[in-house]
Amino acid sequence: MNRSIFLSVIFHIIVISLTAISFPYMIKKPIDLPPIISIELIQISDITNIPYAPKAKKILEKIKKEKERVVSEQAPPKIVKKEKPDAIPLPKDAKKKKKIKTKKQNPKKIESEIKQVSEFEKKELFDPDQIAALIDKSKVETAETMRKSDKLTQSQDKNFVTLGLTLSEEDALKAQIFGCWSIPLGLPYNENLLVRIKLKLKTDGTVIKSEILDHVRMNTPGQGFYKVLAESALRAIRLCQPLRVPTTGYDRWKDLQLNFDANEMLKG
Amino acid sequence: MKNILLLIFLLVVFFTKSSFALIEIDITRGNLNPLPVAVSPLYVESKSSEALKELKVGSEISKIIETNLLRSGLFNPLEEDSFVQKPDIAHLKPRFEDWKLIKAQALITGKINIDDDKLRVEFRLWDVLAAKEMMALAFTTVPNNWRRIAHIITDKVYQRLTGEEGYFDTRIIYVSEKGPKNQRIKKLAIMDQDGANTKYLTLGNELVLTPRFNPTNQMVTYMSYFRNLPRVYLLDIETGVQEVVGEFPGMTFAPRFSPDGKKIIMSFAKDGNSDIFTMNLETRVVEKITEHPAIDTSPSYSPDGKYICFNSDRSGFQQIYKMRSDGSDVKRITFGQGIYGTPVWSPRGDLIAFTKMYKGRFYIGVMRTDGSGERLLTENYYQEAPSWSPNGRVLIFYRETKSGSQGEGFSATLWSIDLTGYNERLIETLTDASDPSWSSLLSK
Repeated sequence: MNRSIFLSVIFHIIVISLTAISFPYMIKKPIDLPPIISIELIQISDITNIPYAPKAKKILEKIKKEKERVVSEQAPPKIVKKEKPDAIPLPKDAKKKKKIKTKKQNPKKIESEIKQVSEFEKKELFDPDQIAALIDKSKVETAETMRKSDKLTQSQDKNFVTLGLTLSEEDALKAQIFGCWSIPLGLPYNENLLVRIKLKLKTDGTVIKSEILDHVRMNTPGQGFYKVLAESALRAIRLCQPLRVPTTGYDRWKDLQLNFDANEMLKG
Repeated sequence: MKNILLLIFLLVVFFTKSSFALIEIDITRGNLNPLPVAVSPLYVESKSSEALKELKVGSEISKIIETNLLRSGLFNPLEEDSFVQKPDIAHLKPRFEDWKLIKAQALITGKINIDDDKLRVEFRLWDVLAAKEMMALAFTTVPNNWRRIAHIITDKVYQRLTGEEGYFDTRIIYVSEKGPKNQRIKKLAIMDQDGANTKYLTLGNELVLTPRFNPTNQMVTYMSYFRNLPRVYLLDIETGVQEVVGEFPGMTFAPRFSPDGKKIIMSFAKDGNSDIFTMNLETRVVEKITEHPAIDTSPSYSPDGKYICFNSDRSGFQQIYKMRSDGSDVKRITFGQGIYGTPVWSPRGDLIAFTKMYKGRFYIGVMRTDGSGERLLTENYYQEAPSWSPNGRVLIFYRETKSGSQGEGFSATLWSIDLTGYNERLIETLTDASDPSWSSLLSK
């Protein structure tokens, strides 16, 4: 009995080991992935990296200056004057008060929006002195959050590894390659006109290595057009380089796969 | 043991996940800008007395290649003044970095020599960005054939860079017209696709109409009126031999070859009604294809020979119809406003070109073979008779100008337009010209 269990275990180990070794991806060098950090809430603005709004920047700088000025002059009584408890509220004042109420709710919203970052980041992001700047200025608030989050490269970069490129980063890269790719117009558009090219990039976006994934089709009889298509895609990459890649997070885009598909364009 | 298995399982899952982390970006758009090409003049190896003559031929060949590429609308030949490398060195080993500087993406170099009355032309096509040779060929022929060499080289370059056959080593047959509008002398004429080497095939004594090339060889069919009787002729361009296929009573229209060249399809009026007929060129048997009281004209075969498109007024207005080659399964395919005519099936089989008249203006357009996706490529006062280039990418047609009451100011010219509709070009002819037909590739 024991002997058969022992033999069974040995046999299973051999089979599992062989299976594991024979998997092609086992011999590939694994991509160095940092651990995944869970995200509670993601806003599209965070994913797309909307550029830091210049208007918001101006407002924040203005507020910052005002804050400094206020600190140096030490003049807080202004706020106290506005909120006299014994003053009879006129209709206009009542409206103002309502506004103040809503203003008070805003910090809570901000708190929820920055849940995506770690506790460590929260401390940096949450600045009570800037509450005024965040009131009724949703754009400013988003921009500020992004600016802050840009500083926190370590943890957020790790998040991006799982997300890939942001939409804006992807769009920038696409737009660049669109301009470089001269589609050969004589291709038979009822055929599969997809060329997949794997790239290895330098940090500045220069291509170190390019590999056509379906290179077997290049020499397949009746697929002569594929060679023309693949060459045009390679020309586009060479013409475009250095590619417009993000300045940070090299690990997430050092290996890229570009899928050139001429079908959509040629079919119209 | 369980732990080991769990570990192995986790490793498998981890590595699998890693392999999916590669970022993929779909590129579904590109530009349709002409590709910048540098055509370096062909250089002459020897420095003999013949060299000067060869040099001239060499630069002429380069110019023709340049012009062909430019006229295709797909290439932008760069100015020779900007070239930074001598032709002989460029032909052996181009300095790609220098060619990149002038924004060239492809480079054509070559050399030429004449030995024992034989012209030898060698050319190479280089991918400047990849810094590699894409193609190298040499041609030997009689010196008088140098223009054809230029066209053949253009075809090879065009095919290598666009993925489709070229159309430069081809000829166009057309009706040459001279004289006042009401007394036109019409001759059958043939020329290279770029307008060079014009030759007249008839004397102009009889009215000639609608010449059409056989898609398989250099045979032409056309109509001519002999003693006011319409006759359909066959003409072998290589030998000049001409024969009458038959005399047909009443109005006869537009004879055209079947894709295999063994039949002629045409329409003629019998008993006062115009229908479509085919004639087997071997047996001379005439077969009626349509049987309808309406006027059916301008038939054209699909390249596989299975279908025929034609125009008919059976719906009340002239529209385009499609049927099987035996005349069955007739379907109307155009439903747009205006009058449709002269349908011609593309050699690629994907499109039908047509002439449309709408609100007094004439349009040349294309549509899918089911009538969908109509695109009007060009509009003018009067234009018609589109004919496809052998690769199905360019159309040639003729255009007439408005004339005065005495026929003054009248002209008929040949034009070409590609499928984008943006590359419209005048084809220069020695006289006024109409009814063009494009041949298949001569070097096929």
